[in-house]
Amino acid sequence: MKQPLIEVKNLKKYFPIKNGFLNRNVSNVKAVDGLDFTIYKGETLGLVGESGCGKSTTGRTILQLLEPTDGEVIYERKNLVEMNKKDLRKARRDLQMVFQDPYASLDPRLTVRSIISEPLEIHGLYSNGERKKKVDELLDVVGLSSFHANRYAHEFSGGQRQRIGIARALALNPKLVVADEPVSALDVSIQSQVINLLQDLQEQFQLTYLFIAHDLSVVKHISDRIGVMYLGRIVELADKNKLFESPKHPYTKALLSAIPVPNPLIKKERIVLQGDVPNPANPPSGCTFHPRCSACMDICRKEKPAFREVDGQFVACHLYN
Amino acid sequence: MSQIQAPIIETDDNSISLPPSSRSPFKVMLMQFKKNKRAMVGLWMVIIFVLVAIFAPFIAPYDPIKQNMDIMLQPPSADHLFGTDEFGRDMFSRVIYGAQISLMVGIVGVLISLVIGVALGTISGYFGGKIDALIMRIIDIFMAFPSFLLALAIVSVLGPGMGNVMIAIGLFSVPTFARLSRSSVLSVKGKEYIEAAKSMGATNTLIIFKHVIPNSIAPIIVLSTLRIATAILTAAGLSFLGMGAQPPTPEWGAMLSTGREYLRSAPHVSTIPGLAIMFMVLSFNMLGDGLRDALDPRGKR
Repeated sequence: MKQPLIEVKNLKKYFPIKNGFLNRNVSNVKAVDGLDFTIYKGETLGLVGESGCGKSTTGRTILQLLEPTDGEVIYERKNLVEMNKKDLRKARRDLQMVFQDPYASLDPRLTVRSIISEPLEIHGLYSNGERKKKVDELLDVVGLSSFHANRYAHEFSGGQRQRIGIARALALNPKLVVADEPVSALDVSIQSQVINLLQDLQEQFQLTYLFIAHDLSVVKHISDRIGVMYLGRIVELADKNKLFESPKHPYTKALLSAIPVPNPLIKKERIVLQGDVPNPANPPSGCTFHPRCSACMDICRKEKPAFREVDGQFVACHLYN
Repeated sequence: MSQIQAPIIETDDNSISLPPSSRSPFKVMLMQFKKNKRAMVGLWMVIIFVLVAIFAPFIAPYDPIKQNMDIMLQPPSADHLFGTDEFGRDMFSRVIYGAQISLMVGIVGVLISLVIGVALGTISGYFGGKIDALIMRIIDIFMAFPSFLLALAIVSVLGPGMGNVMIAIGLFSVPTFARLSRSSVLSVKGKEYIEAAKSMGATNTLIIFKHVIPNSIAPIIVLSTLRIATAILTAAGLSFLGMGAQPPTPEWGAMLSTGREYLRSAPHVSTIPGLAIMFMVLSFNMLGDGLRDALDPRGKR
């Protein structure tokens, strides 16, 4: 019933730290360190975690915008990592991205029409007249008007720009859209509009989303399943409701306890994590979360916990052996 | 009184929508530029120089290289506006034809360095890595020479003559253009719209020509204008040293050089070409400064 669209296997992305006269590799920042998960057709997979945990890098590495250090990304039974340039370019039609910063993701020298028709031109789709029609259609779909097409990106507000970015991502009728914090740069009132638009479009075009965010309420609203990342690894991956009702991993518990409750009478016990996020260039041994974990055991310092299924949720923690 | 009609379009659903405006970045820049008086003076001076150069045969009253020993070294008069030189040639005509040569050297020289420099700088900045290191080290070697000496050395190797001066001037500006376009490309390369183009499946060539160059060209335009001034000055300098234009070509630097001998008896022979060089360099510098202010993103008020 659930068909996998993208399978990520042992994905790793290390950024080298170069230093010294000869630019030698001193060490690596392990931004993404061994991810295994599947994105199913038609679902929205949310990816949360604090800043610097590798969420955005994960999205970019899946789309091959960053070359992975190791691992596989399987799409339609083919490995994107090992694809040659020509095939990859074709595959990119199905895999699009919506960017975080609506001010930096649109070329300031192009009109909205040329921004949206660019993907069509790259893949040589439609004649000029049809392209124009398609752009008008797309503008309509994202809630803008066709008379906006001749304007430049700087003449729009942040929310409108994000709509333009979404229209561009939809131009090629993609299967997967990686949304990299698409609303975090917007006003709260605009955030809900854009989120609702994304949900409507998902229904209309049978899209699959990989939704990256750090705002838990946003992720809860839009996602079917949620993956929690910590220091380049997914520590817990579960159905949205299960994750919010019975979080397994101590980090998830701490994260969820930080959500503010809009009722002053309810006293909520917060789990305040001690210390800072460790340096990803030199992560702690064993379970990377152990120095900040309240339930830390001896084994946590020595062994990496395996990612295993507990009550229908996937969790990487020694507590559930 | 003419009535100004507000361009408001009434649509069917009774809503009012503004007409499709198109305030392109270029138009914004133009508006900014027009406000700057000094820049506008520079622009008009450049336009006048260009027109003078184009229509030199119609403006010049005499043949610039025809000698007339009877009237040598005459001071300015009604017949000869700027006087005559040591061979009795009309200085006014020579200065006017000189504008052709100076503009030509300036523009062609800068075009050579623009094309080579921007190509090298863009490749270097966009691809990075080993190519970048290689190109920039070669550029560093070029930068280690004082630029005028470099031009002089190139002309000495190629031999004197205006064509070689253009090549020399073109080559000696390449490092400056390459460095500037590299840094400009580096700042554009990190933008998300480049990544967006990549995620759509655009090739590197397309990204470079459609996104990288148009967005990194502004400082290059400014540098080109300013470099035309430097190129003109350098060409005049080379001709002054006898490495550029050969007699009887009416080149300002060469005229300045020959006029030196008569500085006491007939000062106009060297001062007038000197002033011509000064005004042309000044006009390009004012234009360049104005363009820089207009293209500076921080200057937008």
